[in-house]
Amino acid sequence: MAYTEEELKKELETKEYEYGFYTDIESDTFPKGLSEEVVIALSKKKEEPEWMTLWRLEAYKGWKEMVEPEWANIHYKKPDFQDISYYSAPNKKPKYNSLDEVDPQLLDTFKRLGISLDEQKKLAGVAVDIVMDSVSVATTFKKTLAEKGIIFCSISEAIKEHPELVRKYIGSVVPPKDNFYAALNSAVFSDGSFCYIPKGVRCPMELSTYFRINQAGTGQFERTLVIADKGSYVSYLEGCTAPSRDENQLHAAVVELIALDDAEIKYSTVQNWFPGDKEGKGGVYNFVTKRGICERNAKISWTQVETGSAITWKYPSCILKGDNSIGEFYSIAVTNNFQQADTGTKMIHLGKNTRSTIISKGISAGKSQNSYRGLVQINSRAENARNFSQCDSLLMGNECGAHTFPYIEAKNKTAQVEHEATTSKIGEDQIFYCNQRGIDTEKAIALIVNGFSKEVLNKLPMEFAVEAQKLLEISLEGSVG
Amino acid sequence: MDLKEKLVSSFMAFENYVDVEHPIHDIRTEAIKNFEAKGFPSKKEEAWKYTSLNSILKTDFSIFPKEENALEYHQVKKYFLHEIDTYKIVFIDGIYSSYLSETTHDGVDICLMSSALTKPMYKQVIDVYFNKAASREESLTTLNTAFSREGAYIYIPKNKAPKKPVEIIHFATGNEASLMLQPRNLIIVEENAELQVIERHQSLTHNPVLTNCVTEIFAAQSAIVDYYKVQNDSEDATLIDNTYIAQKDKSSVNVHTFSFGGKLTRNNLNFYQHGEHIESTLKGVTILGEKQHVDHHTLVHHTQPNCESHQDYKGIFGERSTGVFNGKIIVDKIAQKTNAFQQNNNVLISDQATINTKPQLEIFADDVKCSHGCTIGQLDEDALFYLQSRGIPRKEATALLMYAFANNVLESVRLPELKKRINKLIANKLGVRLGFDL
Repeated sequence: MAYTEEELKKELETKEYEYGFYTDIESDTFPKGLSEEVVIALSKKKEEPEWMTLWRLEAYKGWKEMVEPEWANIHYKKPDFQDISYYSAPNKKPKYNSLDEVDPQLLDTFKRLGISLDEQKKLAGVAVDIVMDSVSVATTFKKTLAEKGIIFCSISEAIKEHPELVRKYIGSVVPPKDNFYAALNSAVFSDGSFCYIPKGVRCPMELSTYFRINQAGTGQFERTLVIADKGSYVSYLEGCTAPSRDENQLHAAVVELIALDDAEIKYSTVQNWFPGDKEGKGGVYNFVTKRGICERNAKISWTQVETGSAITWKYPSCILKGDNSIGEFYSIAVTNNFQQADTGTKMIHLGKNTRSTIISKGISAGKSQNSYRGLVQINSRAENARNFSQCDSLLMGNECGAHTFPYIEAKNKTAQVEHEATTSKIGEDQIFYCNQRGIDTEKAIALIVNGFSKEVLNKLPMEFAVEAQKLLEISLEGSVG
Repeated sequence: MDLKEKLVSSFMAFENYVDVEHPIHDIRTEAIKNFEAKGFPSKKEEAWKYTSLNSILKTDFSIFPKEENALEYHQVKKYFLHEIDTYKIVFIDGIYSSYLSETTHDGVDICLMSSALTKPMYKQVIDVYFNKAASREESLTTLNTAFSREGAYIYIPKNKAPKKPVEIIHFATGNEASLMLQPRNLIIVEENAELQVIERHQSLTHNPVLTNCVTEIFAAQSAIVDYYKVQNDSEDATLIDNTYIAQKDKSSVNVHTFSFGGKLTRNNLNFYQHGEHIESTLKGVTILGEKQHVDHHTLVHHTQPNCESHQDYKGIFGERSTGVFNGKIIVDKIAQKTNAFQQNNNVLISDQATINTKPQLEIFADDVKCSHGCTIGQLDEDALFYLQSRGIPRKEATALLMYAFANNVLESVRLPELKKRINKLIANKLGVRLGFDL
């Protein structure tokens, strides 16, 4: 058989890896460790175009020069980045054959959150043979979305199908070398979601990763890109109230939101990853970079309910670039046992008449540490900028801590900034009052905590709000003796 | 040679001036080592994020001033609170001026650090208190500790109160092209005793001065201390003021800081509460113009239950000035029933002025009431219009509103003459003359 040039080229292409660190391009899991070859191989495995590979490499180069940040008010054993496998194919095989094999504690929580039996199975990783409700719902969803011209798919798919959009916007809000974890994510992100709302379209339903069928489980390095074109509206839900027991300890996600002129994005997150056991062993490290940019008259609203993870390091931010743009941040962060959270927001006011609101509620119990860290920056050109921030902390028990680190920087004389923070505990008289009306202490605390968090819970989409409320109760269970 | 190297190498020369056998000298030696290891703080450090010393440290400051720089009383009278009688501890270019001072040993000791550090009769007190509240880590404080030799020494024994307030004034005459001063003050107020102090740093020329001052205040049980810092220096003077206050049960310490001048002023004000039922008050008015920079860095550490702290800082920033406020409250696990309050209000009156503020809470106890509030805003146009409609010119109306804004802080000044003086300084700063007192 003749040896053609084509074949030679092919051979050379593969040869590069022949003696290298990874040769087995067909295998489902990469060996542990991170290097340039791994990044190239990952990109190749995902059949990405060349620009994407180069983009990842550039990020990897940047990451190599960076050091892990230490300024946050969290203490943990630093992950060994060479001890992680950066690619493993989605596991199609079910973990369990029937619900009986699943941890009963987990099932109990499902039950109390009011999750349907089929969903329980899916979430716990049990094999499902019948067509689940959510799948059929998802199919109808897809149809409606397509009619409106909305693109909602995984980011890998988007890189292939809509490279022009991805290329234009990826890294435009969170540059690949933005910070240590963002750089790591840019280099090795496994998958994530992509969403594009065309001009003037109002997305008719809440978009959620929950209903996206072609994705099996969230990746360790998730990348989300949401683009709302001029005058459009979208509400996006991420995460799930159900406890998720992920085996990956380190999660470093990046979320980028782009709200063009007159657009509005509402991004809601409920995070309930494994927080570690009562002795503080195990648990997920959640290092997330979330940022959105608002063009003229645009609005971005972040809502988050954070109850899981051993370590949370997360600052969903808004760059208010366009005139009259609006940024909002509503957050509830609950820490119990040995959890540590350092979370907050950044509001960067660049345009005229920009407004931002920050409502942050921190609840700490057990031996946990809960910090709010925020920045409000009014630049010299941001005439008539307005900010209101409120950070309230609730302490339960005398072994936990609540911290506030608000940074406020104003460079314009027309700026109006207000910040207030309070720290308190649940009043004994409040509990007594409830007791006296026949409400037991645990219920009373749930009631008071819900009241404390109401301003934020109200901002969640309806179906989430109900579950989130229950989640708060469960997260704080047993924290009051 | 940069300033750090110069300071470190001058330490040997400095040893010729002091008694190296005295136990204090071990503290100095340890301190210079710490400083040598750390160097001057840079903007990379969180505590110095908004304040850079770089341009100032480029100046070649002389560290050992020439002796004997006399000043006549009439030249400097206006810097004293001359309407009332006071004890005075006056330094000219870092050297004690007995001519301008009025010290006492009548029941209380209001005298000099240099004598306290050398005379055997003070040895016991020095052993117990010297460098016990001041940080051994913070580089500028260790630098001052290393070169500690002169300053004010005040000791108020049990149940005593000096007859009149004490003024501590440092003059810089400009006889040196550029001068670095490192005064060190030690103030001990014993059980049930009382003290009022007014501190001022004043440069008399346009030659640059860098003052790195450390003051330690110890308030024993039920002691009351009022401390007023008046900062209205020339635009070539830099002040780094480090104050460490250690309080025991039921004591009350109030510090008022009035910052109207200086090129760069950094106030590190640290309160440590070592007892129950303690009250700490920190108040400040800052009014800046030109390219002035003032950085208030406060810390209140609640280590015991049932204590209170109040902070209230008001700032008005004009022209190209920069204001920084960084207030930190720490409440330890056992410090239940703490009541900590912090407020920082700012008005920006110019497009080029900047304010950076970071009120910070670190709370480890659950039964506490802690709050902080912080605002940046403008004067109310409606209020201005109202005043103008009553025939008050806009400039005066603006000043009136600013007075009202700062009034909370002035209200708690317990020396009427000082209050009047501050009012005058504010009026001067705002360029108006109002025919009334607040």
